[in-house]
Amino acid sequence: MKKPSVGVFKFTSDGGCQLQILNMERELFDLLNLINITYFPMAGVDSGEGPFDIGFVEGAVTSTDEIIRIKEIREKCRILVALGACACYGGIASIKNQKTQRELEEKVYTDLTAVHSTKAFGIDQYVKVDAYVRGCPIDKNEFIEVVKSTLLQIKPNLRPHSVCVECKLRENPCIFLIEGEVCMGPVTSAGCGALCPSRHRACEGCRGPASDPNTPSLARTMLEYGLTPEEVRLKFIKYAGETQAFKEGAGIK
Amino acid sequence: MKEKKIKVDYMARVEGEAALNITVSNGKIENLKLNIFEPARFFESFLIGRKFDEIPELVARICGICPVSHMLTAIQALEDAMEIVPSGETMRLRKLLALSQWIQSHTLHTYMLAIPDYFGYESVLSMIPEHRELVEQALRLKRLGNDLTVAIGGREVHPVTPVIGGFTHVPPRDVVKDLLKRFREARKDAQNMVEITTQIKLPDFTRDIEYLALTSPPQEYPVISGMLASNKGLKFKKEDYRKHIHEVHVPHSNALHSYVIGRSSFMVGPLARVNLNYSLLAGEARRAAENNGLKFPYMNPFYSIPARAVEVLHSIETCIDLLEDLKLKADQPSITPKEGTGAGVGEAPRGLLYHWYKINNKGEIVEADIVSPTAHNAFNIEKDLEEYLPQIISLPEEEMQLRCEMLVRAYDPCFSCSAHFLKINKRES
Repeated sequence: MKKPSVGVFKFTSDGGCQLQILNMERELFDLLNLINITYFPMAGVDSGEGPFDIGFVEGAVTSTDEIIRIKEIREKCRILVALGACACYGGIASIKNQKTQRELEEKVYTDLTAVHSTKAFGIDQYVKVDAYVRGCPIDKNEFIEVVKSTLLQIKPNLRPHSVCVECKLRENPCIFLIEGEVCMGPVTSAGCGALCPSRHRACEGCRGPASDPNTPSLARTMLEYGLTPEEVRLKFIKYAGETQAFKEGAGIK
Repeated sequence: MKEKKIKVDYMARVEGEAALNITVSNGKIENLKLNIFEPARFFESFLIGRKFDEIPELVARICGICPVSHMLTAIQALEDAMEIVPSGETMRLRKLLALSQWIQSHTLHTYMLAIPDYFGYESVLSMIPEHRELVEQALRLKRLGNDLTVAIGGREVHPVTPVIGGFTHVPPRDVVKDLLKRFREARKDAQNMVEITTQIKLPDFTRDIEYLALTSPPQEYPVISGMLASNKGLKFKKEDYRKHIHEVHVPHSNALHSYVIGRSSFMVGPLARVNLNYSLLAGEARRAAENNGLKFPYMNPFYSIPARAVEVLHSIETCIDLLEDLKLKADQPSITPKEGTGAGVGEAPRGLLYHWYKINNKGEIVEADIVSPTAHNAFNIEKDLEEYLPQIISLPEEEMQLRCEMLVRAYDPCFSCSAHFLKINKRES
């Protein structure tokens, strides 16, 4: 079997999901036996402009240049994977969308003619995406799952249910119900193994909405637990504030 | 007219997006620009109105390589603003977390980003067939740093347990015991790292640089707290940062240029730290440096590479001591927000990091000021290039370009970090 060629591309982001690939110290050699990474500038690899069998895209699209670039990359990749919260939903870069672009830019720049910033969106605002690896940052096992299933030509097993399911499987006492720590777990997509609640910390929703989440209900519960409507809004407008489900939660008063 | 052009459109083996444009005409530099085109990220804008307790989590996302530094420095600033004093155990855990990230980041940079230049390879991946053992050694060290970050922070990229006032979780004792064993075994890998980085032939280039780092009285190599000091006589507290350091907006770059008021550019990072605090390094680290013929201080930025290796060995020694002293207690006081301002300083792997916040009595952020190590270094990198270029001008274009890239890479720049600093309020009027 011919090794599939892989490209790793960066948009507006912090490099954390790309680093998660390099953080697979124990799996890296095995992985390199299966795939051929031909474009990954952060790791120093730049041996061709494609085409690629798999393209992994990190980061949100936040400028006119990036809109053009993501479309070009789509053309070159047979399978295009959104890597992490920024590429999936706009990530925390999308918090800025709450203010007008003009307002943001005037605070930051003097010469607005040099600014080509646009609202921050996930890449599927502009191109078709074949798979989403969620989280801020991505979970390494999910990355491996996507690579494996591509090689086997099957659908990757990415979890549709909420973080609560994984939290219960770990037999964690619920920090929301018992201690009143307002938690995004009930509406957030699983796959992290309930990492935060297992360390006594509320879920912040970095993996975006689970399948069919009841965000208005969670938002009303948060109000019952004493949060102000503004605090509820901040909970939902963080990693995936541009998704319909989280927008609905943010709007509950 | 004889003209040489160096044009690197997208620098590889650095974090983030930057280009290098140099034109040399008749032996004179016509144009020299390090163009940081990483898109502006508006952090200081969108942090306004957010709650104080979500700031550490949000600023972690400035940088995927040094999230710990941003978290801990923000926590320090916010604790300062609300007059919260962390416990001794919390400080030990924070130091461990910060050092774990030095190990991870320095190893990543040395073996994966810098060494390929000196061994003549495009990337670490192309080194595997001929230098598998070296790559394995690098991955082992990097994994060790990461595993300590995971044990204390919960995750290597964007840890979850550090909060204002303390930690939400501490690792179980058996995990600490296992880590201690692995840290003791890792001394050898770190000693090898010092040896390898002194055996490679570093370019000969010295410049009269001002270097700035934390110094940490009384007797401790600085990591997460201390006074700021330079080799040119600066010495000040974190609260006075803005009395000494300013930035100027240069049109070709998405990062501001930092400078010492009344003077010029300065360098932060491992070389600045080792130069200023050599005597505070762990004994093993100093011995390894001396055995390999290193004589700090150096005014050659390329010596950042062995400085990182020395710091990895120092970190391992210090982590062993700290791990032995852990009480494994998670202190997490409940916090009532109060109005105030606070500054935080820390030594990120790439150097001095500064955070400052103003919060209101509802605990909302009113103003934020963040300056990352690469923003501190950007101006100095250009100054270095200006002086380095005439020395290598006779080399063929390709070789000249590689040397320039090597010099930029020696700073281990992180352009994602530096690109959100475009703001008008900090420019000199």
